[in-house]
Amino acid sequence: MSASAQPILDVRNISLSFKGVNAISGLSFSVAEGSICALIGPNGAGKSSLLNILNGVYRADSGEIVFCGDHFRAIEPLKAAQRGIARTFQNIALFKKMSVIDNILTGLSRHSEVNLAEQALRLPRARRQEATFREKAEEMLEFLELQPYRDSVVGTLSYGIQKRVELGRALVSSPTLLLLDEPLAGMNAEEKAEMSEFVTGINRHLGVTVVLIEHDVGIVMSISDHIVVLDYGRKIGDGTPASIQSNPEVIAAYLGTVQ
Amino acid sequence: MEMFAETLIGGLLAGTMYSMVAIGFVLIYKASGVFNYAQGSLLLFSALLFVTLKESGVPFTVAVAITVAVLILIAGLIERLLLRPLANRSPMTLFMATLGLSYVVEGVAQGLMGDQVHALDIGIDDVPIFVGNVMISQFDLFAAATALCLVGILALLFNKTRIGISLRAVADDTRAALSLGINLNRIWQIVWAAAGIVGLVAGMLWGARQGVQFSLSLVVLKALPVLIIGGFTSIAGAIAGGLIVGAAEALGDTYIGPLIGGGITSWFAYVIAIAFLYVRPAGLFGEQAIERV
Repeated sequence: MSASAQPILDVRNISLSFKGVNAISGLSFSVAEGSICALIGPNGAGKSSLLNILNGVYRADSGEIVFCGDHFRAIEPLKAAQRGIARTFQNIALFKKMSVIDNILTGLSRHSEVNLAEQALRLPRARRQEATFREKAEEMLEFLELQPYRDSVVGTLSYGIQKRVELGRALVSSPTLLLLDEPLAGMNAEEKAEMSEFVTGINRHLGVTVVLIEHDVGIVMSISDHIVVLDYGRKIGDGTPASIQSNPEVIAAYLGTVQ
Repeated sequence: MEMFAETLIGGLLAGTMYSMVAIGFVLIYKASGVFNYAQGSLLLFSALLFVTLKESGVPFTVAVAITVAVLILIAGLIERLLLRPLANRSPMTLFMATLGLSYVVEGVAQGLMGDQVHALDIGIDDVPIFVGNVMISQFDLFAAATALCLVGILALLFNKTRIGISLRAVADDTRAALSLGINLNRIWQIVWAAAGIVGLVAGMLWGARQGVQFSLSLVVLKALPVLIIGGFTSIAGAIAGGLIVGAAEALGDTYIGPLIGGGITSWFAYVIAIAFLYVRPAGLFGEQAIERV
């Protein structure tokens, strides 16, 4: 296990409701730096809502998030990105009319330091940045084995490839925390195996902390260091894959219905 | 035959002026999802500011620079006071806000610079030139060339720079763009300023042709059929739409007008636009409405 003891993310007593319906109630857990943490639970358990709070799409009603030592209840999506929280979406949110390479390039936005005038006039700083960005994007294509699709328009690619492009777009920004919302959804067995290898590779080789939501319990058990189980917005399990598998409440609420 | 060619060419060239007005709308619609009703007032405001500066003895280039600087400032204010507080509201709310904005801008323009008609001479004589036996307006040629340059610059900006990539990203999926650290507010400022500058160029050309006056703000109504035909989200569509409207108006005026007593240019474009709504509701190059998640 690559996880160290230091938590990089600490979710403290977070609650969220939509028009009186509780999506998340008093949820607390922490994620160790360099680990893969999986959120599992039935549909509607509040997993995506939590991810949306972490990157600022939703504002929690109460509670606090501690990320890299900074405390906040709500964060703007732009600020979250600037601090190194990258994410993918449950329903792929790529720029469908743009090429794969351009999609990956957008992922570097948080590192852009040249202004409009420099870009418009193609001043040296702008050209240098452009060259560095291109290089990083090309490396990402290579890492995720996406070179064959480099110039394809994303909307024309298969679902599995699109999922991988979205992963690349999030990863190219060298995030501190990577949030993956159902990275394996809708994939066949072969695509799932490939994708989970990429996810573990990212974690092991690049040292990125990963929080992911996934329904494929088998894969979750094999790739995660730490699992948090949600049901109706409440935490019903929190621990290593082995301890989750033997937790009776979890088995009743979730695993039992699957297996 | 020569008359037909002359009418067609004249119409197409005049159409590029419609295209330029329409491009301003497309830029803003793509980036912020707003049909900016105030585009016409902003066009009027910038042309009026330019002509007022020029009449008070400011040299041409300085007057352009000052006007552009003011447009950038206005874009910043609109973003801060209108778009940012109203972000995520319905398109109708934003449309109403721009409707209000258009009256504010017109009112301010009138208060500051009066409401008389100004002649604007940008140094191009409207002396026709002959290509074979076909007479072509020199001014129209100049306007078309200007439009072409403008489109070229915009294409470079949007395809070759990082801002361009960010802009296309925002136009495609705003939420995803935000999650990547693309500064939406900054993009809005840039796009509104760019639309303002496109409007200034269009306003100068229109103003040189028919005088800078308050009716200039009504080009917004001329741009509407162009946008319906070309599609609200496509610059290529705005160009095609402008050319179609320009040519149709000229040909219609020459060949259909006399049959029904003339005066058809004021409404002929709308008839075509309605025909397009029947067969291609998203326009020639427009995309079907996609729900933003």
